[in-house]
Amino acid sequence: MTTQTAQLGQATRATGRASGITAMITVALIGLGVVFVTGHVQAGTLHDAAHDVRHATGFPCH
Amino acid sequence: MFSRLLTSALLAGAAAGLFAALLQLVFVQPVLLHAELYEGGELVHFGAESTVSAHPDLPGFDALRDGLSIVFTMLVYAGYAMVLVALMALAQTRGARIDGRIGLIWGLAAFVAVHLAPGFTLAPEVPGVAAADVYARQIWWFATVAAAGIAMWLIGFGHSWVAWGVAVVLLLAPHVIGAPEPDVFTGPVPTEIGALFAARALGVGLAAWVILGGLAGYIWARDDARLA
Repeated sequence: MTTQTAQLGQATRATGRASGITAMITVALIGLGVVFVTGHVQAGTLHDAAHDVRHATGFPCH
Repeated sequence: MFSRLLTSALLAGAAAGLFAALLQLVFVQPVLLHAELYEGGELVHFGAESTVSAHPDLPGFDALRDGLSIVFTMLVYAGYAMVLVALMALAQTRGARIDGRIGLIWGLAAFVAVHLAPGFTLAPEVPGVAAADVYARQIWWFATVAAAGIAMWLIGFGHSWVAWGVAVVLLLAPHVIGAPEPDVFTGPVPTEIGALFAARALGVGLAAWVILGGLAGYIWARDDARLA
């Protein structure tokens, strides 16, 4: 019984770690997406709106 | 975990972004507007017309233009914060300590990866400078940031000279290979303005990243204490 509980605990922790890693990767990818869209996409309107920020942040611009 | 990562990042990113935006408006924007007078041809500093005042009248606060800059700076730093907080959480699962003070060092390292490393060869540009194809520069920029980011991780968490050696190679390689450069220089902006712009852009980046790292570490540790 104790062994089973311990095994269950380990399994829960392993699942928790796995979902934690998935969450970290997901959030990091969303963050990269936000930086890419705001700082690097060259579409006209977006570029004009973010122009000063792109220069001031050192992103390649124009 | 997902919502904790997201809320910590958005809080720290929005606050650091707002601070960065205000610093940019005060210290970077006047230099940029000054450069645009040369980019647009209103001022010329070559040849017979080379005696131009270094202190022209510049447009003041523009609600739409500067408002958009504030929003976009907050978005950029919110995006950066999501990557930063995710990496902090990953480091913590591997035994690293995360708090506000250590977050300051994270901010410094991230500044090196995201601003200083690419800026070392592709210096922050004022409007109007001659530059190579923007897509080629973006590829170089992303590759350099990725290499420098991995290097910072290896320096911080590596345990052997091999790891630190790889870090040095990753830091140097993009600059030894070289960034895309223009064929000819055609920039109309005086070098004084270009140099000031690069220095100010890097300085504001440093301040913003140290604040972002410190805040992200502080918020993460506070939530740790609350959840414990």
